[in-house]
Amino acid sequence: MPLSTQPPGSGERYVLSASLDNARHLSSLLRAVHFQDHASCFATANGLKVTVEDAKCLQANAFIQAEIFQEFSVQEESVMFRINLAVLLDCLTIFGASSLPGSSTALRMCYRGYGYPLMLFLEEGGVVTVCKINTQEPEELLDFDFCSTNVVNKIILQSEGLREAFAELDMTSEVLQITMSPDKPYFRLSTFGNAGSAHLDYPRDSDLIEAFHCNQTQTNRYKISLLKPSTKALALSCKVSIRTDTRGFLSLQYMIRNEDGQICFVEYYCCPDEDVTEPNL
Amino acid sequence: MRFRAKIVDLACLNHFSRVVNTMARLAKMCTLRLAADKLYFILSDKVDNGGVSVWCELCQGNFFDEFQMEGVAAEHNEIYLELVPENLSRALKTAQNAKTVKIKLTNKHCPCLTVSVELPSLSSTSRIVTHDIPVGVIPRRLWRDFREPSVPDFDVSIYLPVLKTMKSVVERMKNLSNCIVIEANLSGEMNLKIETDLVSVTTHFKDLGNPPWVKDLENMAEARIDIRKLLQLLAGQQVNPTKALCNIVSRRIVHFILLHEDVSLQYFIPALA
Repeated sequence: MPLSTQPPGSGERYVLSASLDNARHLSSLLRAVHFQDHASCFATANGLKVTVEDAKCLQANAFIQAEIFQEFSVQEESVMFRINLAVLLDCLTIFGASSLPGSSTALRMCYRGYGYPLMLFLEEGGVVTVCKINTQEPEELLDFDFCSTNVVNKIILQSEGLREAFAELDMTSEVLQITMSPDKPYFRLSTFGNAGSAHLDYPRDSDLIEAFHCNQTQTNRYKISLLKPSTKALALSCKVSIRTDTRGFLSLQYMIRNEDGQICFVEYYCCPDEDVTEPNL
Repeated sequence: MRFRAKIVDLACLNHFSRVVNTMARLAKMCTLRLAADKLYFILSDKVDNGGVSVWCELCQGNFFDEFQMEGVAAEHNEIYLELVPENLSRALKTAQNAKTVKIKLTNKHCPCLTVSVELPSLSSTSRIVTHDIPVGVIPRRLWRDFREPSVPDFDVSIYLPVLKTMKSVVERMKNLSNCIVIEANLSGEMNLKIETDLVSVTTHFKDLGNPPWVKDLENMAEARIDIRKLLQLLAGQQVNPTKALCNIVSRRIVHFILLHEDVSLQYFIPALA
């Protein structure tokens, strides 16, 4: 769908310019990481990565690879800016969050570089919206240093299996304890709430489990309040890969399929809950 | 002073309910003016409702099968009542599949509009639900406060785009800003704009068309208004107008007119300083 309004001064150089036939492909992924209003965006030739963090313990990344866009060009090696995600989402869904069948919002996105606003041109049914969102100073992000060589346990699960589990979790519990093991109980989720403890076990031959690579029994606790935001991504996803490394850090990778059948990933990293009784070294 | 009216036709009843529901969403308190051939729901320009006024006019003949009224005096054959439209809206909610609905001005402990709803039942006797809605009778000396708002000479008059689109745009903009600039010209173009420290957003509508009665001009007329007042209209209206238009008096007032066959709803939003 061609945009009827060209960006003003199309002769100007943009370090980032992208266009997308259906802005929902972007907005739904961004919503999956929207638990804080500030997001850092990185664009490289491979695509766009949007990172949101909380309490120095949780990081979420949404990856929108360049192929999702009809046009995606980056003039520098990498382009980085920080932006208010709530504002960006309101702008992307200006014509409504759920578009009518047969109509979609076309998007053109441009950024001239440091100090400039992010420009969005949205069009639906002949109506054009122009948004100028001020960008902010990029901030240093956490490096979780989660590399696949340090992964101890990994389970790939159909998301519906985890959705059910999360829906039934006892939210009065402060933590969610995850046990992954090559032996029984294989994969166990436990909560310790006001009404007592609850354990949920998945047998390793369950239909929901697509891959099971556990090398060593590991039990870690994660704050439920930190894991809760990831349910936004879980709701959209079809598969989830749950991994832990030698330090007990948790990685949740959600595979999300959009309406056009394209696949994108949203990833959450979470620190384990420190045992307060442990003496400081 | 007497008033009694009856609706039998279900389509008329639903239509009337939608008008009342719209009023309920636009005003906490409103005036119902009854005349021999017309009904009016009026919200007049007061500071406590943010200066918004509503003027909604319907022909009684298109809704009611019976409509009898006797005003305060033969030469002033009208009745002005003050009521909470939400109460009337709730009473009509029970009337969704009613056989008949009768509305009557009664004097119980206080003046009331008594709505009697006859509901179908399986047995031969039908069920009747009665609602007494307290009303205030507005004395004649105050009637002058409820005259049709005069529209100053507007600079631009333009047809509105599909209200659903406009509503979703204004909804998002409301998340970003407290006020909105609405501007339009006589070439069928209308823009909605917000601007804050974080973001500026402009939505451009074109080819909307202008009513034929206006002079030709290229210039935009604009007014900055409270975005909540605009959303109240867009989200609250249930009349599903066949025609909707907007008149702008630059920097003074925005005047909306929603027309659906025999119902006309006018909504006035004053411009912010």
